[in-house]
Amino acid sequence: MKFDNYMVLEFPSKSANEGFARSAVACFAAQLDPTMEELGDIRTAVSEAVTNCIVHAYPEEIGTITVRCRILKDQILDIVIKDKGIGIADLEQARRPMFTTGGAERSGMGFTIMETFMTNFSVTSEPGKGTVVHMRRKLQRRK
Amino acid sequence: MRLTSYLQEGRLTIALTGEIDHHCAKKYIDAIEGKIEAYMPNVCLLDFEDVTFMDSSGIAVVINAMRSVTRINGKLHVCGLREQPLKVIRASGIDKIIDIKEGAL
Repeated sequence: MKFDNYMVLEFPSKSANEGFARSAVACFAAQLDPTMEELGDIRTAVSEAVTNCIVHAYPEEIGTITVRCRILKDQILDIVIKDKGIGIADLEQARRPMFTTGGAERSGMGFTIMETFMTNFSVTSEPGKGTVVHMRRKLQRRK
Repeated sequence: MRLTSYLQEGRLTIALTGEIDHHCAKKYIDAIEGKIEAYMPNVCLLDFEDVTFMDSSGIAVVINAMRSVTRINGKLHVCGLREQPLKVIRASGIDKIIDIKEGAL
């Protein structure tokens, strides 16, 4: 895959890093001259994916989260968020709106929001090995 | 997390500030529940004017506030939503069950 630019971030699954991760990706995306709405969508989707890693992938321990962003041709921002946590046994159930194993503090809308806010979204997971969320967002070329 | 509130004629206004994510959501949920239980308002208004970002954790904050208010037979309104939080709320569908007032007060 040809790409113009890329960056990789690695950080422990501490909730203080949620804000860091979404801001870092937004800063990287800034070179594509996105609109405020596009930037908001990207920040939201990254926040959801990273939160999932913190809450679900590593429920009892601190593990490593990797975020890789690439800029592909035609103004496409490609984001991969990866953990080596417990994995998701039933992906179909996990993606269902309002489904959560996170209790009253969670809304069960994470995957729904990632799907709604990004152009492409896919998730692969292997129980005991980890989860990979792959998202793409095509940004409008501004006149 | 920063939160201010005032009570006026049975109406409790709670203003939230900054970014709402999983990192601070629990604190918001507990603080809002505490205020509602302490003041027992007829109407509770969640003011999002100074919320610059929220993810789905913000939806849980709103839903939990609604639960707390409903428990004391009060009503919940949400106001002042900027574009990004409003989009998250619409994507979740809770705008169908919660009264959202457009713009600021």
